[in-house]
Amino acid sequence: MFSFCTDPSALDGLDWLACYLTNGKHMAFWASFGTVILLLLITAPVALAFGFAGAIAARSHVLPLRLIGRTYTAMVRGVPDIVFFLFAPIAMDQGFEWLRHKAKCPDWDAPIRQGNDFVVCAEAKLPLSASPQWVHETYGFTLAVIAFAVVFGAFAANVLFGAMRAVPHAQIETAGAYGMSERQAFWRILVPQMWIYALPGLSNLWMILVKATPLLFLLGVEDIVYWAKELGGAKTSLFAYPHPDWRLYYFLGLLVFYLGLTKVSEVILARLTRRLSHGQATVAGEAQRKAAA
Amino acid sequence: MRNLLLASAVMALTAGAALADGTVRMGTEGAYPPYNFINDAGEVDGFERELGDELCKRAELTCEWVTNEWDSIIPNLVSGNYDTIIAGMSITAERDAVIDFTQAYFPPDPSVYVALSADVDVSSAVVAAQAGTIQASHVAASGAALVEFATPDETLAAVRNGEADAVLADKGFLVPFVDESNGELVIVSDDVMLGDGIGVGVRESDAELKAKFDTAIASMKEDGTLNTMIAKWFDGMQAGY
Repeated sequence: MFSFCTDPSALDGLDWLACYLTNGKHMAFWASFGTVILLLLITAPVALAFGFAGAIAARSHVLPLRLIGRTYTAMVRGVPDIVFFLFAPIAMDQGFEWLRHKAKCPDWDAPIRQGNDFVVCAEAKLPLSASPQWVHETYGFTLAVIAFAVVFGAFAANVLFGAMRAVPHAQIETAGAYGMSERQAFWRILVPQMWIYALPGLSNLWMILVKATPLLFLLGVEDIVYWAKELGGAKTSLFAYPHPDWRLYYFLGLLVFYLGLTKVSEVILARLTRRLSHGQATVAGEAQRKAAA
Repeated sequence: MRNLLLASAVMALTAGAALADGTVRMGTEGAYPPYNFINDAGEVDGFERELGDELCKRAELTCEWVTNEWDSIIPNLVSGNYDTIIAGMSITAERDAVIDFTQAYFPPDPSVYVALSADVDVSSAVVAAQAGTIQASHVAASGAALVEFATPDETLAAVRNGEADAVLADKGFLVPFVDESNGELVIVSDDVMLGDGIGVGVRESDAELKAKFDTAIASMKEDGTLNTMIAKWFDGMQAGY
């Protein structure tokens, strides 16, 4: 990074630290903060979409749909996260590879399951063995996003399901009296009003999601916890920057990062609550109306 | 437009398929110096990196390095996420039942106990070892209280902070730490010989790759390059191949 970093053993004090904190490994560490933020930014809307679909399915008048919606929430909510995160990505990966194998190598005669081994033809590998490392990493990250979205989607579905029921029934009846179809009443009356009831539950979910990102590590994505552990461990003179066990400092850094992230989230969520309460028949909405009057 | 982009991306990916043969993904832990570790540039480095690259050159394979947690290193091999394990993994009967090993490229590991003071009785002390290693099995069988950790680094840290009385690990890993601890850490036992040497792990269904690596290892033993490489990374150790 800096020009004076060519011989780390000759450095000391701040120069050493500056070079140490900007070496290739630390760059990967700093980049992994981006990975975590990216995961949050992608997973949250996808999980919300899963939840919305799940909640609609669970309220559906069509029995199979209702069963699917209810089974999804009940099952995923019941399975421990760690079990799910260890199982789902490997199962998904093998499922995709199996499908590709069937499509691309129809004349392959060896069995796919050979004892413990899962063997598909080279063209069916996902990603291909020859793909550059970033493709493998993106693929792993995508599997992680899907796993997170499925898990948090199930919780969100339950929250939204409850929120939809919390909207006063008189609102829907009035919509009907004005001649709105059931569909119109749902999209124009129910959905806009349910968010204020869903927000406390959803904000909890967001906070849990923020703290659940270290699970990425289980999925083989090199996140901030992985790098903190790797960088903090004692290093012998085999490394250019030997140092004793510094994990405490690295994990303190992570603590500050996570606290900062949750603080920012709290501020934003509080603003959102204020906005969504506007004009609602809730205590907060009523208080806003009185203050304005 | 978006579909067009997607279609061309898919085509680009499938075009790569023709080149798919020949790339071997080398799986390692990246946390066990000097066998394998992530160097300051963030790349896999160490004895096994140098050895693996040489083996690939001799076997005329294109190799790519990936790291994986020790805990799940075997499941990910058998499910095809990479093609070899070259991570200081000793050949044992239990592992051999699940995966195959090439011939050993490193002699049976001498392991040692390391503690803060020389008077620790390792047969009754609390001993740290990495989970899923031959050292962990050995401690469990020896009657000492075993505490397991996910990474080698944590086993040593446990001794330093008093959580464990001693650690059992490969000598090649522990000696540099002892040498540089200014007398804080001491070796408290003679060499404990465990396992049948270290080999490259491959899927049982992958006989072809195993044969290629076997030949390459044999040729390195024959012309003495393996001995030189071991001496270079393990402080002049005589492997005697």
